[in-house]
Amino acid sequence: MRRYILHRLALLVPTLVLVSMLVFGLQQLLPGDPALALAGEQRDPAVIEFLRHRYHLDQPLPVQYLLWLGGVLHGDLGESIRIQRPVLELVADKLPVTLELTIFAMAIALAIGIPAGVLAAVKRGTGWDYLANGVALWGLSTPNFWLGILMILLFSVELGWLPASGFVSPFESLGRNLATLIMPAFVLGNAIAAVVMRHTRSSMLQALRSDYVRTARAKGLSEIRVILRHALPNALQPVITLGALEFGALLSGAVLTEQVFTIPGFGKLIVDAVFNRDYAVVQGVVLVTASFYTLLNLAADVLYAVVNPRLRT
Amino acid sequence: MTSRLPQELHRKRATSHAARRLACVVAALGCLAVPAWADSLKIGLRDDPDTLDPVLSRSFVGRIVMASFCDKLFDISPSLEIVPQLATGSSWSADGKELIITLRSGVVFQDGEPFDAAAVRFNLDRDLNFPGSNRRSELPAIKSVETVDPLTVKIALDAPFAPLVGVLTDRAGMMVSPKAASAPGADMANHPVCAGPFRLVERVPQDRIVVERFDRYWNKDHVKLDRITYLPIPDTTVRVANLKSGDLDLIDNLLPTDFPEIEANPRLTTASIPELGYYGITFNLANGAAAKTPLGSDARVRQAFELSLDRDAINEVVFAGRATPDNQFVSTDSPYHDAGLKPPPRDLAKAKALLQAAGAPHPEVTLLVNTSPELQQQGQMIQAMAEEAGFAVKLQTIEFASGLAAAQRGDFQALLLAWSGRIDPDGNVWSFLHSGGALNDGRYQSAEVDRLLDTARQAPTTAARKALYDQTQAITATDLPVIYLYHRAVIWGLSKTVHGFVPVPDGLIRVIDLGKS
Repeated sequence: MRRYILHRLALLVPTLVLVSMLVFGLQQLLPGDPALALAGEQRDPAVIEFLRHRYHLDQPLPVQYLLWLGGVLHGDLGESIRIQRPVLELVADKLPVTLELTIFAMAIALAIGIPAGVLAAVKRGTGWDYLANGVALWGLSTPNFWLGILMILLFSVELGWLPASGFVSPFESLGRNLATLIMPAFVLGNAIAAVVMRHTRSSMLQALRSDYVRTARAKGLSEIRVILRHALPNALQPVITLGALEFGALLSGAVLTEQVFTIPGFGKLIVDAVFNRDYAVVQGVVLVTASFYTLLNLAADVLYAVVNPRLRT
Repeated sequence: MTSRLPQELHRKRATSHAARRLACVVAALGCLAVPAWADSLKIGLRDDPDTLDPVLSRSFVGRIVMASFCDKLFDISPSLEIVPQLATGSSWSADGKELIITLRSGVVFQDGEPFDAAAVRFNLDRDLNFPGSNRRSELPAIKSVETVDPLTVKIALDAPFAPLVGVLTDRAGMMVSPKAASAPGADMANHPVCAGPFRLVERVPQDRIVVERFDRYWNKDHVKLDRITYLPIPDTTVRVANLKSGDLDLIDNLLPTDFPEIEANPRLTTASIPELGYYGITFNLANGAAAKTPLGSDARVRQAFELSLDRDAINEVVFAGRATPDNQFVSTDSPYHDAGLKPPPRDLAKAKALLQAAGAPHPEVTLLVNTSPELQQQGQMIQAMAEEAGFAVKLQTIEFASGLAAAQRGDFQALLLAWSGRIDPDGNVWSFLHSGGALNDGRYQSAEVDRLLDTARQAPTTAARKALYDQTQAITATDLPVIYLYHRAVIWGLSKTVHGFVPVPDGLIRVIDLGKS
């Protein structure tokens, strides 16, 4: 197992290099000149020239890439042209926000999705099953921005219970932190819960039809023990993969939700950076996100081994 | 029915108790979410500002935030007069080549350093020579800046430049502490040190900018707040929701269509004033191959395009009637506005006749429009109206950075754009219509307009300059390198607890005397 993990970690480096090259190449395809976009309303030619030179935009692309890569190897992700702050500092600012929102949203998604999926499978064809499927359909078909705005109108404008938007660090005030995150986390978790529920339901149905479950029942085990001890751990394997993928996707920034609730996370950062052609920020955020994504996939594979003893060899 | 009633009542009561308990828990959480700053104000902005160094600043929202901590030499009054701020007055020499500025005494920067003539000299030198300065192009060729005495500064120019005082009402006139700005490792972009009523205490990009009262401010008796928090919230619906929920006290850039909703709320109100800028359609006349169209080469086709448009109808639909339809580059409140030059009313017959005369009865036009909903709506109305005159208008939606690049390289036929506007007409026209202007994307060239614009920069009085701008507009209203459409209303939404708010046409939020009860 340790060898497997080390092997996967070693693969991380070429993966990230490839991702960074890809992103670097793709953003060059975007129309528009970063120096022009950042030169302000006056578009002074001297300022445009200065920006091109300062940020190496006047160098050939391979040179620009190598300069950036050289910086990364020395722990320098470059500087945001738009607000003149080190990208590393921006990433360090936004990562905890996005991470907290992601964990909160995933907790909501799993807390709703797994029990609902199990219930729907166990009570297949009954009202419970239809109810769970109906809720899942609602979750899948509700646009995040719409649900977000409705929640703001209800809980902030009409009832005045929660702040409409913004973010407060948990170190500043845990209560205010939870108050600012509960709505965006629910909006994000709601959609993922639906997917988790449907996957849990289908893999639980498969597990409940398997021989080992029949054997467990034949041994006279209680139904609850059969479900929780025998069927569920096996049924959870595809859910783990799904959870890791969804977690990774959320980390790369829940753009619309962050926009609606004005959460200063990766989503807002990368959208602003793309619109302003702030290439160093785009590169930095993608690098960090890709690292997390790869590590999460690795974590999912390790978790497989935890729930499935046959993979521990 | 009767027998079920007590049960139902009991159930309702239980539900109501549960709801109340839940409400208490959530309300407690909510109460925690609202900090108890009685003398603080929360302002919602349309965007996150860029750098906060006046010499590098590019964005409009940056100007709003900097107005709280960075005083300027001069300011603009609501009635569009230039009034002293850190200066006490100014006077031009007879030949218009020297400007004497007298300065306010007893002013200190937020690092305790004194504000004086040497500081003004430092700042003007910084505007002109700082690497990447966005102020250089706004200022004329300055021969020298002399300190006549600690509170008097003399700016000598190579040639007269009448807009100079107007330029100093904006970022070029913002004064930063020379000591702080020249310290090793100075980071004025993130830690500016100025002489304004508040000082910057915190900036979390895309989240908040917090300023707190500067106790040694020269006009501190008129500072009514301890703290202002600026929150960038790009979505107007969300900004309005925050205002309605009480999470914000004041919001910038309210859409005209949001007026009824705000006005209907008993706790809220609005404030508005016509802007200094304009909306207009710029045509490509000579910038590359895209200019080689009937629209680019024949003024009659552009005149027909203008005659096909009903400015009032667009105003009613897009701006709820709150913009000011006009055909000039200065606001209708500006002393430079030509009352005799009226926008032509819609006249389809005349438009069709002009197209026939130009030999292009059905010219094709691609109109570049930014992605903002307001511009999209205008684009669609312009398209529908122009088609009735015979134009075949294709709308091309383009986001900001791509649009800028397309405009500069001449990859457009017509471009719908907004300009935020400046107090002096020179800032609204020279760069756009002078053959040497950096923003003259359509490459309009008229020796007479160049001469008039250059002369207007040097003319000594408002009356003389107005006469020159009137002549310019008489030419450009026929040549039509740009069709000016209307001046928007700058609109703010406010809680009724906010007092002392004074709308100014430049759209910035003045924090002096601004308070909250």
